[in-house]
Amino acid sequence: MATEHIDVRYVADLARIDLAPEEIVHFQEQLERILGFIETLKDVDVSGVELGTSLLPPLDHARADRAADGIGAAAFLKNAPDQAAGQLRVPKVVDA
Amino acid sequence: MSFAQESLTTLRALLGAGELTPQDLIADLAAAIDAQPHIGGYLSRDVDAAMAEAAAADLTKPLGGLPIAIKDNINVTGQPCSCGSRFLAGAYESPYDATVIRKLREAGAIPFGRTNMDEFAMGSSTENSALGVTVNPHDPARIPGGSSGGSAAAVASHTAIAALGSDTGGSIRQPASHCGIVGLKPTYGRVSRYGLVAFASSLDQIGPMTKSVEDSALLLNAIAGHDPRDSTSLDVPVPDFLAGLHQGVAGLRLGLPTEYFAEGIDPAVRARVDAAVHALEAAGATIVKISLPHTAYAVATYYIIAPAEASSNLSRFDGIRYGRRAAAPADILDVYRRSREEGFGPEVKRRIILGTYVLSSGYYDAYYQRAQKVRALVCRDFDQAFQQVDAILSPVTPTPARLRGVHADNPLAEYLADIFTIAANLTGIPAISVPCGTVTSDTATQLPVGLQILGPRLGEALILRIAQTVEDQQAGKA
Repeated sequence: MATEHIDVRYVADLARIDLAPEEIVHFQEQLERILGFIETLKDVDVSGVELGTSLLPPLDHARADRAADGIGAAAFLKNAPDQAAGQLRVPKVVDA
Repeated sequence: MSFAQESLTTLRALLGAGELTPQDLIADLAAAIDAQPHIGGYLSRDVDAAMAEAAAADLTKPLGGLPIAIKDNINVTGQPCSCGSRFLAGAYESPYDATVIRKLREAGAIPFGRTNMDEFAMGSSTENSALGVTVNPHDPARIPGGSSGGSAAAVASHTAIAALGSDTGGSIRQPASHCGIVGLKPTYGRVSRYGLVAFASSLDQIGPMTKSVEDSALLLNAIAGHDPRDSTSLDVPVPDFLAGLHQGVAGLRLGLPTEYFAEGIDPAVRARVDAAVHALEAAGATIVKISLPHTAYAVATYYIIAPAEASSNLSRFDGIRYGRRAAAPADILDVYRRSREEGFGPEVKRRIILGTYVLSSGYYDAYYQRAQKVRALVCRDFDQAFQQVDAILSPVTPTPARLRGVHADNPLAEYLADIFTIAANLTGIPAISVPCGTVTSDTATQLPVGLQILGPRLGEALILRIAQTVEDQQAGKA
């Protein structure tokens, strides 16, 4: 099982969350304690456990592939943080 | 007297007999909510819209004219759906109905009022709501439980007749236990999750939170059933959950897991649960000691799987399509990073970071894959147990509702209290919390205690029937 060290700044970057310096210190301490507890799982003998042998229902069916009405652009854009010309507006993504 | 005090079952009869109109009922409820603002069960409500629906209600339907409070993570057209988060508060209005809402409407019900919750359903106290405080109606110094704490407190304080909640690790059952109401987590797949804002998709399930077992069955009848819009929804027949409620428990074999009664349970809670178990035995059930050997690992397993799924599900909250967007972003990554930093509270950030970590390169096998294997072992424990017994009895929580504010900086302590509820989510089985008495707090308040009844997959009718016996015994009717 992995070590309980977690680089909170690095992982927050992966998760796309800017953390304040004091949040990083705080979460570092809390998450290391939580990961320390999670380490108890390494005591379990999981040899021979095949994944997929659970009580959960198998995902073995899909609904009929038929076109249906969506919510529509106007209803969608009602929740848009920023829009222009009937579309979502976002900061520039690609430099020309 | 206010009709807000009554159950769905009673009100259904009164409405049917013409002794009450749906508009009177909405007015009584609105007055009850206004009379008890300190409860804080609701984040928002639209009395005018509910009145308009009440005027058009079809009283011949199973829930005709009956208002149902909705946890604020279930989409209802034209209403806010804040998930208790600053990310969505004031920045999102649902453009569609969740399937459970469509089904409630088809049954004649009126979705009325949005209940408070831990942010994105992450928590067991409702203290993680960014939008308001909800208190326990039995003792306002204490938590209502969570994450469906607003729904539980509203029903318990008679500011709702009944409510929907969602349960990912106990979020219906634990607040039901703390507030002294009936809370049912159905079998995974029994109720469609379409339109429920996803926290952990393999664990989430919507269920009823009610004043009585009969109301729970009535509400489950309305919301259960296959939905092509949820690929995990079960395409199986739905029985009438009201049909066998009063058959009693004679001849049933009920299991007591040795590991659940080992240590750490408040003695007064233990005494109430023991008394309820003895009463079921006196009513003809056979009590059998069973073993669930992987119980000690269930919490750790859950706190890998649930954050992992949450980190993936909550990546949709990026400030692009809906919800909060940080002002004056430098570039697209700045939109994501600052919108999420500003919009999410500490528990949500903590779980996203934990989930991202356990899924990250080099750690996936050690954490996530191992947790899935232990989850399979927990499932095997329950499979074997249900070969010996019809249902399993346990406490819902190790202690009664705690004081507000005491675990604010110790998330691990809060996680450990989920020990009795999370197995039902890991395994997908149905479980219900039914009141089994009260304990006296050190400030002399009476705090409710719930008995948990866990059934085999699709065994809702059975656990409702056992819960009905417990309820009758508590009321002195059996």
